[in-house]
Amino acid sequence: MKAHIRKLATFFEETREEMGQSINPPARRVAAVAIIENPYAGKYAEDLSELIVIGEELGELLAQRAVAALGVSGTAVESYGKAAAVGENGEIEHAAAILHPKLGTPVRRVLGKGAALIPSSKKRGGMGVVLDVPLGHKDAAYVRSHFDGMEVRINDAPRANEIMVAVAVTDSGRPLARVGGLTKDQIKGEDGLR
Amino acid sequence: MPEVHIRKKLLMVEEIFHEGGPISPKPLCRAAALAVIQNPFAGRYVEDIAGFMDDLKPLGLEMAKSLIAALSGDPRTVEGFGKGAIVGSAGELEHAALWHVPGGYAMRQLLGDAKAIVASTKKVGGPGTRLDVPITHINASYVRSHFDAMEVGVTDAPRSGEIVLALVMSSGPRIHARVGGLKASEIKGEDGLR
Repeated sequence: MKAHIRKLATFFEETREEMGQSINPPARRVAAVAIIENPYAGKYAEDLSELIVIGEELGELLAQRAVAALGVSGTAVESYGKAAAVGENGEIEHAAAILHPKLGTPVRRVLGKGAALIPSSKKRGGMGVVLDVPLGHKDAAYVRSHFDGMEVRINDAPRANEIMVAVAVTDSGRPLARVGGLTKDQIKGEDGLR
Repeated sequence: MPEVHIRKKLLMVEEIFHEGGPISPKPLCRAAALAVIQNPFAGRYVEDIAGFMDDLKPLGLEMAKSLIAALSGDPRTVEGFGKGAIVGSAGELEHAALWHVPGGYAMRQLLGDAKAIVASTKKVGGPGTRLDVPITHINASYVRSHFDAMEVGVTDAPRSGEIVLALVMSSGPRIHARVGGLKASEIKGEDGLR
């Protein structure tokens, strides 16, 4: 593996009740996170291909770990998202190199499908920085009930020369979604949007 | 006594491979199980609260079981533990103390009657409050290599009328432990201390 991993973490959340309403089945989501060394920390590199390869590796590793923690088959995953936080000696473009060129394909392979764009966020920050991973329906980006976000934070990461990479998956939308819009049973699934 | 209302459950798992030193052949695993419950005593002073400890016992066992499962499934691989609670603003610190018996004894029971006291911490705080849950060796509190802590917290909890309950387990010493003191191999196992 190209990635030098210091730490792997998973965050599992199950909401059973919201505003006094029982959520049955519970709304469940998982974020799988890797803390890796940034091979380009402290210097400007024109070619970021090493991070692009790392992105591909982490896409598969994190998607597998997230789906396993969610406890469902990949095809039962309803929404997903990805994000990266670069330590202070890196640049925001390093997050882009991990997230955008190659991370998505192995994630979709693990899920069996995934026609929609994987929503993403990125930032640079110090240890304990909060990363809000955006979530959207995996087959149709316009499904309104599944627009959400999941916060992840690790107190000792990213160090200056590290990058924190997260992939999040869910088995449901927001616990009490009721603001209309496209619903999941209306998905055509042709263009990844509707 | 009131029944236990759970709004949300969370599980955080960390797998640590190194922290700048040699990569350990056996990564250190730490896991935290959290439950966000309604505080039945929020908003008023209740003299007699102790009966709620019994109501929390099944939840303590459920959370301890989920930690063992998250680490390896084998209770014999668990070497460290700790517990904690965060009480929302409409409660008092004493409500956190209700967790000592059901949280602590659940872990000790499932870990084969672990001898050491379960290290703990508690506070009153708002949503997103972080808690550094102390970790010590399950059979001898003085084992220096196993003194550790895991930071936990939930973005949207505790709300004012809630309590966040936490249990933590770890699979071994700090990843690069090297400051001497009592070793796990030297435990006498008589008094829970050495």
